[in-house]
Amino acid sequence: MADSYSLMQEQYRKILVTYLKEKNEQGLYYAQQFSKKVLENQISPEEVVSLHIEAIEELFPYMPEGAVDSFEFLLEVMMGYGLAYREHQSLRDKQRELENEINVAASMQQTFLPKEIPFVQDLDVGVLSVPASKMSGDYYHFVKDENGCVGLAIADIIGKGVPAALCMSMIKYAMDSYPEQRLQPGALLENLNRVVEQNVAANMFITMMYGSYDPRVHHFYYSGAGHEPGFYYNYAEDSFDELSAKGVVLGIRRDSSFLEYHKKVEPGDFIVLLSDGVTECRTDDGFIEREEITNLIRQYKHLPAQQLVENVFYQLEKLQGFQLRDDFTLIIIRREV
Amino acid sequence: MSVQSSVEVHTEWGIVSARQAGRNLAKEIGFGSVDQARVTTAISELARNIYLYAEKGEIIIETIEQYHSSGAKKGIKITAKDRGPGIKNIREVMEDGFTTSGGLGAGLPGVKRLMDDFDIDSVVGEGTVITAVKWLR
Ligand SMILES: Nc1ncnc2c1ncn2[C@@H]1O[C@H](COP(=O)(O)OP(=O)(O)O)[C@@H](O)[C@H]1O
Ligand SMILES: [Mg+2]
Repeated sequence: MADSYSLMQEQYRKILVTYLKEKNEQGLYYAQQFSKKVLENQISPEEVVSLHIEAIEELFPYMPEGAVDSFEFLLEVMMGYGLAYREHQSLRDKQRELENEINVAASMQQTFLPKEIPFVQDLDVGVLSVPASKMSGDYYHFVKDENGCVGLAIADIIGKGVPAALCMSMIKYAMDSYPEQRLQPGALLENLNRVVEQNVAANMFITMMYGSYDPRVHHFYYSGAGHEPGFYYNYAEDSFDELSAKGVVLGIRRDSSFLEYHKKVEPGDFIVLLSDGVTECRTDDGFIEREEITNLIRQYKHLPAQQLVENVFYQLEKLQGFQLRDDFTLIIIRREV
Repeated sequence: MSVQSSVEVHTEWGIVSARQAGRNLAKEIGFGSVDQARVTTAISELARNIYLYAEKGEIIIETIEQYHSSGAKKGIKITAKDRGPGIKNIREVMEDGFTTSGGLGAGLPGVKRLMDDFDIDSVVGEGTVITAVKWLR
């Protein structure tokens, strides 16, 4: 530290002398380079003033007294900048620390999501979930029971970032604790609603769509808790229907009950589940229409489900200038032809 | 031998006297102009806190020496003492950005950064004692 200061002192005097002699742009360029070096060596503003004082006193030993004293005055005035500079350094270190912590938490959060999508005879499944920042408030879940039935959930924690992620961990463990055998979607949401209502802060809410697919007979049962409606693609008619389910957001009332809906899934039909980060994709012209999403899906529907969701995401990402404003999750489950 | 001076702080005039005493001693010990300004700024912040929050108190300024195997080092020690209301949450006031009146970087965390050693003791209803030391390099 003292070493680097005396080195700097030497250098400053040299470039100052050169500048005073030549008074040209090159000299000022050296000054700019020196300014970078000063920062690199963590020399604070008041020390720079002192470098100047020392150099000037050496170069002009017969300076008027007032001029010398005025530098002392300047030094005192610069003290505030010196303090702000030090604070800035320590805040930067702290920020780096926080960022590291969040990175660790974000990779832990990834482990909450299914590692792989279970293989189910006759079903083609595609899933893509992308957080807007490091931590995600979207959650999805897949389980296959011993009869080969698939339980699947998509949820959106209202709120973002770390609090949403903490809340998500609770949802995951609640869902993991349910018995192996398939729970009816309505019953499952009722149960989960109680967990959320009792354990989560009053200002945290969760929307969820839960479905259960029986691949032996191709029946799909589902219930929703205030979640963004999905779509149902009817292959025979080549049309999209809304897949919505009435139900109150989780965590609002203790005794919510949830209606159960049913679809008979025919070959080529598919179910689209999404989070509001998909539909609330915002461009310069405002929110996009739900119809624009079905148009995009239609455009890629000949592709396998995974490629389909990836292509739709790419197009939506592009529409927003590659800046996600909300967490994005898109799931497609197709009965193969 | 330790040179010691004590300045009563009850008015803004007292803050200036404390600064003056600190600068004189720092110069005498051999601190350069930057370190003189640092010690003075630290004294200023501590004295202003006494003036603002405790109404009155004192600033004690003294030279100290520490002996090592490699020799002795000299320094200046500032003690700010008052019987004011005390500080309830010391950890909070030592956090950057907590300062209510001052601007960026100032306040107690600033004093801690300006000096080499810093120690604070405060009991609510009894008062506050803060000591800070700067060593001559
Ligand atoms: N000597 C003191 N006695 C009582 N309270 C104090 C004293 N010094 C500081 N404080 C409390 O600590 C807070 C932080 O002090 P400081 O870091 O100097 O910032 P600021 O004075 O700008 O608020 C003050 O707002 C005050 O509440
Ligand atoms: Mg203060």
